[in-house]
Amino acid sequence: MGFPANIGELTKTIIAGVIGFAVGAVIIMLYGYDPISAYQALFNGAFGDLYSFSESLANATPLVLTALTFAIGFRGGMFNIGAEGQLYLGALATVAVSFFHLPSAMGFALSLICAVFAGAIWSLPVAILKATRGVHEVISTIMLNWISQFLCFYLIAKILVDPQRAEKTISVAQGVRMPLLVPGTSLSYGIFLSFFAAIIVYLLLWRTVIGFDIRATGHNPLAATYAGIEKWKIILFVFITGGLTAGLAGAVHVMGRPPVYAIYSGMPSIRGLGFEGLAVAMIGRNHPIGIIFAAIFFGGLLAGGRMMQLSAHVPLEMVRVVEGIVVLFLAIPELVQLLSFLRKIRPPLIFRSKRSQDEDRRRL
Amino acid sequence: MNLAYLWGIFLGSLHAMVPITLTATGEVIGESAGLFNIGLEGIILLSAMTGALGAEAAGPSVGFLVGLGTGFAIGLIFGLVCTYFKGVQLIAGVGINLFSAGLVTFWLIHLGVPGHHAVAEESQMVNISTRYGDFSPMIFVAIALPVLIYILLFRTKLGLKIRAAGENPQAADVAGINIHLLRLLSTAAGASLAGLAGAYISVNWLGSVTKEISAGRGFIALATVVFSGLNPLLVLLGGFIFGFFDNLAVWVATMPAVQKVIPWQFVAMAPYAVTLLVVTGVIGRARFPAAMGIPYKRE
Repeated sequence: MGFPANIGELTKTIIAGVIGFAVGAVIIMLYGYDPISAYQALFNGAFGDLYSFSESLANATPLVLTALTFAIGFRGGMFNIGAEGQLYLGALATVAVSFFHLPSAMGFALSLICAVFAGAIWSLPVAILKATRGVHEVISTIMLNWISQFLCFYLIAKILVDPQRAEKTISVAQGVRMPLLVPGTSLSYGIFLSFFAAIIVYLLLWRTVIGFDIRATGHNPLAATYAGIEKWKIILFVFITGGLTAGLAGAVHVMGRPPVYAIYSGMPSIRGLGFEGLAVAMIGRNHPIGIIFAAIFFGGLLAGGRMMQLSAHVPLEMVRVVEGIVVLFLAIPELVQLLSFLRKIRPPLIFRSKRSQDEDRRRL
Repeated sequence: MNLAYLWGIFLGSLHAMVPITLTATGEVIGESAGLFNIGLEGIILLSAMTGALGAEAAGPSVGFLVGLGTGFAIGLIFGLVCTYFKGVQLIAGVGINLFSAGLVTFWLIHLGVPGHHAVAEESQMVNISTRYGDFSPMIFVAIALPVLIYILLFRTKLGLKIRAAGENPQAADVAGINIHLLRLLSTAAGASLAGLAGAYISVNWLGSVTKEISAGRGFIALATVVFSGLNPLLVLLGGFIFGFFDNLAVWVATMPAVQKVIPWQFVAMAPYAVTLLVVTGVIGRARFPAAMGIPYKRE
């Protein structure tokens, strides 16, 4: 990935973002709200002060990890949208560890390990079905997401339920919780775990042989096969690694997110984090470093969305509408070139410099 | 267990079959032409919303038309992005799903009751009452449509052109077929059937809109298309199998004897688990157009 290529990607992302917000503004107006005050509240709530920014980072923490799940697959030419279901199980595995009263350090380590394993195990059938039977991962991951959801509903209601409060699971033990980075906010040290994972994935994809093989498979599967890369190994590696980060996302969310450190029935706090990660990966152009920035931006929108709901009364969900439009436009590979016609439109004479006026005259 | 009881299950399965069959039949048209739309889930969801509002404003048949139109409009956007603009189809589909999920939740909050909007009784489509039970008129549409689409795809010139666009767009282009236009219209026509399915769910079958009303049916429809190997007649069979298990979850929930043994959560998994198993079982047989999923670029 050369430097100019990155600039092109960035321009494209910005253009798609501008279109997304513009269409969003039109929709806000159509429903009779005020787009300017809505967007003002949105950006103040996202990046206005230390508290807002901390909340944005806290929202970004799991999103980085679920976005990595998708990005690893995408680099290998696979469309892994299974982070959602894997994240549920990762989160529940973390809670399950607190069922046993373990010493803090051991409990902490075991919580993380169980979560990543739960994610990876849930990802395994996808890889096996794809490698042996050719089942498209879009279908298998979605079906497994639904199965995971109902399995987790069962576990929350019957196995991990808090004996005192039936609407939630037991809370994660005190010693297993991640300490807060900024007191009084939701931001914990979990954010470093996310950043660390992003860097690991970057090194894995761009600095190792298996990473090269993954990218080669994604770039040109036929050529990769001729070069002796075994497809089934790539499939297995991509989905297992993706499962690991998705499971970790569930763990950091439950262990690092005050105030409850538990999961309520219906899983309102973790549902959607997998699919949002997908959008984050796309906006971050499936590059771990891009993903970090995209996740902070998107986490900011979610934090700001609450402010928008409070002060401008525009429902928080508007953020997801904008996100959908941005992703739709990012699907267009030559978005920048499509808009190049803008350059051909010449500004009115008075806005032009003396030199360009002279040029025009010469042409005439 | 008497005959009337089994008949009731059969009838329920027929009603659950309709949205899956309609959506999958539409997707067969789109995939035959070479476009793979994973945004069907979002189209069903959004059309359920617009269809319900249309029905409340001007009656159930208008609701169905609004649903159909919503599907067509979203299909056009998807088609434009994926033909003339050479977009990546999977990403565009994800964009549609995110957009629809966001907009419908937003809309439900805007309407006042968060998360749930019941369609007024008088705005719902009336089922046909017979001695053998109540039938939705849409059941007949869902059975007739795959047959019609089969004839269209395999017995007409237009069908041949559509399949050529999916199989070998270069050759079809040389033969004078406008690939982009044909693909655009095929996927939009397919998406409008998904829109019809959405309107059926809210205006006729379930009579309400929630943010999870589509419940994975768009993806189950995609699995049905895989099952059918792009043959609309097999879509009918696949749609019934998946409809049966979709209905099973509802049916079992009413039986106390079963509830004691199997928790409802495991019954609710059934449609998704069966879908996965069926797709795994039949996948080797299915054959897809050679150029499916690949944007067409003239050399």
